[in-house]
Amino acid sequence: MTTTHTYDAVIVGAGGAGLRAALEASNDVRTAVISKLYPTRSHTGAAQGGMCAALANIEEDSPEWHAFDTVKGGDYLVDQPAAEIMANEAVEAVIELEHWGLPFNRTPDGKIDQRRFGGHTRNHGEAPVRRACYAADRTGHMILQTLYQQCIKRDVRFFNEFYVVDLLLSEGRAAGVVAYELATGELHVFRATSVLFATGGYGKMFKISSNAHTLTGDGMSVCYRRGIPLEDMEFFQFHPTGIYKMGILISEAVRGEGGILINHEGERFMERYAPTIKDLAPRDMVSRAIYQEVKEGRGIDGKDYVHLDVRHLDPEVIETKIPDVTEFARIYLGVEPTTDPVPIQPTAHYGMGGIPTDTDSRVVVGEDERVIPGLYAAGETACVSVHGANRLGTNSLLDIIVFGRRGGRHMAGFAAGAGHAPVEAGAEDEAADELQRRLGATGTERIADIRAELQELMTDLAGVVRTAAGLTEAQGKVRALRERYPRATVQDKGKLYNTDLMEAWELGALLDCAETLVAAALARDESRGGHYRDDHQLRDDENWLRHSLAYQDEGGVRLEYKPVKMGPYVPMERKY
Amino acid sequence: MAEVVPLEVKIRRYNPEVSESAWWDTFHLEVEPTDRLLDALHEVKWRHDGTLALRRSCAHGICGSDAMLINGRNLLACKVLVKDVAPKVTVEPIRGLPVLKDLIVDMEPFFAQYRSVLPYLINDSGEPDRERPQSPEERERYDDTTKCILCAACTTSCPIYWGDEGYVGPAAIVNAHRFIFDSRDESAKDRLRILGEKSGVFRCRTTFNCTEDCPRGIKVTKAIQEVKRAILFERM
Repeated sequence: MTTTHTYDAVIVGAGGAGLRAALEASNDVRTAVISKLYPTRSHTGAAQGGMCAALANIEEDSPEWHAFDTVKGGDYLVDQPAAEIMANEAVEAVIELEHWGLPFNRTPDGKIDQRRFGGHTRNHGEAPVRRACYAADRTGHMILQTLYQQCIKRDVRFFNEFYVVDLLLSEGRAAGVVAYELATGELHVFRATSVLFATGGYGKMFKISSNAHTLTGDGMSVCYRRGIPLEDMEFFQFHPTGIYKMGILISEAVRGEGGILINHEGERFMERYAPTIKDLAPRDMVSRAIYQEVKEGRGIDGKDYVHLDVRHLDPEVIETKIPDVTEFARIYLGVEPTTDPVPIQPTAHYGMGGIPTDTDSRVVVGEDERVIPGLYAAGETACVSVHGANRLGTNSLLDIIVFGRRGGRHMAGFAAGAGHAPVEAGAEDEAADELQRRLGATGTERIADIRAELQELMTDLAGVVRTAAGLTEAQGKVRALRERYPRATVQDKGKLYNTDLMEAWELGALLDCAETLVAAALARDESRGGHYRDDHQLRDDENWLRHSLAYQDEGGVRLEYKPVKMGPYVPMERKY
Repeated sequence: MAEVVPLEVKIRRYNPEVSESAWWDTFHLEVEPTDRLLDALHEVKWRHDGTLALRRSCAHGICGSDAMLINGRNLLACKVLVKDVAPKVTVEPIRGLPVLKDLIVDMEPFFAQYRSVLPYLINDSGEPDRERPQSPEERERYDDTTKCILCAACTTSCPIYWGDEGYVGPAAIVNAHRFIFDSRDESAKDRLRILGEKSGVFRCRTTFNCTEDCPRGIKVTKAIQEVKRAILFERM
């Protein structure tokens, strides 16, 4: 039995971007939010350190400096007009969240407090600047809660634990989505004039990852299978401070508050790699520095990790400004950070790439950026591109608010002015057939084995440092896993809460994303931001100052490219 | 090879497609002592029985998906390490909410109670251009209750809640407290009226289960006492 629902606007995903879009769209048009989780489980809630905006509450600052840092931090692959919009709208975005009740930490005179964060500087790189607005080290948690609270206040309609498995396009525009209801196993068709994907990232393709189990690139895969390209997939951020072996994030705020990285010799090694801003260099540079220290034998006890040291900090600062991450070290490592250094290693954290969009969060296809009317994407699942080749810390929380809002506003306007695109009977058939194939698969392959092998190979061959040989090997291995995937058996044949079936589908999405990442990384023979090629160590603006677009093609991935939108900032060497 | 230890995991199962009544399954695993209990449950699901149903997402105690009754206490499976429960652990769904399948319960009654306390900032005095001022002391006043992740560990550990599903429960009170004591909010009176009704705070018998089981370390009973006092003495 398939149930059909009709809305003006449908938002897929209930993290920060989805909820912010919902608050905007639901003001004007009939809006539904579909999430495979309960909204408050979304991974926005795991963000810790802050949200940057040039409020200048503590010291002089300006949106223009913020835009510059964003462009430089992204190694000049950022679309500069988008970065300018984000930096300019940041102040308003933070104030709006405060008005909605977000409990920001405060200065003694009652303003929103601000702290330092990696890559955010005064006057184009002079020194770190206090730009990150924060709520202890649970800023993302407070953003997610605040947005959800506002959704309750406005009675936004949610479909919780509905998993979107297909996008309906008709007459060249968005027509709706097909969702699988976890509680019942039934399919639902959601007709909509505008559809926005805000399904988050795909960091679970890596073994060492800060990402939730549920971050499997679902929305990106759904679009990719419908002919929409994925942009800049080769750019993935490895956060320098993941808990050793587990990958759980230790916020950059720890270094913002004065924590430092030390190697086996007790040396504060970032002084050598980034003499001006040291431990607060952008994440790609710090992760590579750790890799280099380990490679040269200066990991702790010669192993593949270094120490994050906060022993010199005031215990009061540790308890009030970074309490949660301190607790992570205590629980998961049995380490007391006030007396012992914390073992850390780079962890897969954030995909800069995603569904290509313009600054109204409209999905755009091809080199000429053709708009698909009614189709939108925002947040980590989108590529607008404000993060370019490397995202600065805090800019993800800003991105979801600014572009969630812009997308929500635009999709409401579009829905108000256009009718529904036609949806033919049986629109859900393709998804239904694919689900049946997954359920009916017989074979000895296990979903868990294929996923574990994927995660292992992606961390080993497509991680912090890459080579053509390694990526070629990765490409072969991902292809082999794709061939095994149809034979993977779903043990649970039932209809109720069949999370076994959902995990199988999620693995398919991860394989899609992994295939595009590897293909784009292999093609890009330069090093830029989060993409570092040991066999091509320099940035090559002449050939590579352009965005990749990965299309699904018979037999693999087809790559196209489009130019970067430039602006006032001329690419220069990236030193800190 | 990392060190492994034996772990016997006994899980309360329920699947109405299979049987009207619940049953127990026991799995014998070899897992690392520093693994999370959630990792052990994944080991069961991924290697032994794919039909096991549970909710989880972030796996480090912030999303609130995986509250379970673990050796008789409400805990997040991702914040319990194997070494702290080995060699044997018993896992059941949290109590007081209808079980839908295995460790998955119906969260709707819980969220309905949460929604009933007006869990959002209400301030109709007009919005200034900049942030509303709030001193660090005013901010500190409600800091503890902003930590809530809505995992339901507190509410479903409360004996009053088990016996009376009309009781709004600790988590809803925690979320009301978060706004009642926020200097920017103007609707404390409405929330106190709601919580002063017979389904509200005075059902609490101060058993402290909620405080003991909160994975975020929120002093839940203290928050409830503060709300009681605010109702009795009409002061915040």
